Amino acid sequence: METLEPKATIMDSSAMRRAFTRIAHEILERNEGAAGLGIVGIVSRGVPLAEILSKQIGEIEGVCPPVGKLDISFYRDDIARSIAPVLHATNIPFTIDDRDIVLVDDVLYTGRTVRSALDALMDLGRPKSVQLAVMVDRGHRELPIRADYVGKNVPSSRSEAVRVHLKEVDGENSVTIWDRNTRKRG
Amino acid sequence: MLSVKHLLDTTSLTADDITQILDTARSFAEINARKGIKKVPALRGRTIVNLFLEPSTRTRSSFELAEKRLSADTLNMGGSTSSVVKGESLADTIQTIDAMNVDMFVVRARLAGTPKKVTENTDAIVINAGDGKHQHPTQAMLDLYTIREHFGHLDGLNVAIVGDLAHSRVCGSLAPALTTMGANVTLVGPPTFLVDDPTYYRCPQTSDFDSILADMDVVYMLRVQLERMEGAAIPSKREYNHLYGLDVRRMSMMKDDAIICHPGPMNRGMEINTEVADCARSRILEQVTAGVATRMAEMYLLLGGENDGVSN
Repeated sequence: METLEPKATIMDSSAMRRAFTRIAHEILERNEGAAGLGIVGIVSRGVPLAEILSKQIGEIEGVCPPVGKLDISFYRDDIARSIAPVLHATNIPFTIDDRDIVLVDDVLYTGRTVRSALDALMDLGRPKSVQLAVMVDRGHRELPIRADYVGKNVPSSRSEAVRVHLKEVDGENSVTIWDRNTRKRG
Repeated sequence: MLSVKHLLDTTSLTADDITQILDTARSFAEINARKGIKKVPALRGRTIVNLFLEPSTRTRSSFELAEKRLSADTLNMGGSTSSVVKGESLADTIQTIDAMNVDMFVVRARLAGTPKKVTENTDAIVINAGDGKHQHPTQAMLDLYTIREHFGHLDGLNVAIVGDLAHSRVCGSLAPALTTMGANVTLVGPPTFLVDDPTYYRCPQTSDFDSILADMDVVYMLRVQLERMEGAAIPSKREYNHLYGLDVRRMSMMKDDAIICHPGPMNRGMEINTEVADCARSRILEQVTAGVATRMAEMYLLLGGENDGVSN
């Protein structure tokens, strides 16, 4: 597929940095500190985001909450339509029982990924609570799911694609919007 | 996506197919090692028929566990309890089950080619769980997985497959799969057990076990298949053990980090001695563990359907 220029950049690196800081504070405010917190990133782009959030929380509180990664491939409701080899196994190096889990993903769209992630998480234990943090909420929910912490609300059309770029993966921090048929496959 | 619709043999698998299976199996190994729920909903609502026309304990239980951990619905059909013994032809049996709309057949049979025959009578996907002296592809995948987990790679490894080559479907699947992945295979066996045409396997064949041991990274001992033998291929169990069994003396000739595999069930004291089978270099139980994860990966990848490129 031909890669074209994005239609617009809706967050640049400083906007994203401010969003990370704000979300970290919101998480701490709501949970009254970092004790008992666990940050779980949804594979693949939720994982570096989860690490950034944990580091931000550590800078404020002095303690970085543990970070895990959750692969939801086997929990998807669209396996008949889409399948790829699964390379990133789930790895949560702490027990999630009785912990406040912050689930992290890059873009919240239909809500189906989060639904799968909740199922996958519940198979691993019984968290005290599950909260959802996303960098972008672009609307168009198909399930009754909402985010607790949002970097930016971006009204979008279904024909568009929203992409979160991260320094750790892509070399820069930004959020861009593309026409779906010209979007680079990621 | 694999390049094949069915898993009938390893000769039609590409290196990319095998890598996909082994990579995906790692994710399933994580699920199988969980303390919590060892089950995922990946194949919920899919129906899998286990058609085992030949006795099997480990392969059958491994498949059944793999299916259950993928949340598939299963139907078990055995040789002695099915209509095959009433004289119904295999084609009729398959067409009858097919009419009930199943998604996959797992077929184990005494006659080589049975799984292929099944594909001609159904639209469902077929996995060969061992057919006669022909192929046992899911065994080869778990062997490759076990070896790759130990060494981190397969290419360049020296692997000896030792024993009853002529009767072995394990060798029939393992040798080509290893060659596809870039390993160097040597076949070792007594003259009566050598394969007729080693060029088919594209690897050297020898009857001198001791001479090759020092170079091997993996020594893979085959089971002597007493039930498949016609006539007297070996004089006695004791003589076989002396000439081709893996004992402590032979093990001491191996490299320090070389490993030992066996597909099971073992004839202890014949092709492998107890001190060797239970020692630290033995990967025999790891192979069994890998069996469930690799079979889950194969069923998941084969039943996954079309890739339309959507993944958001």
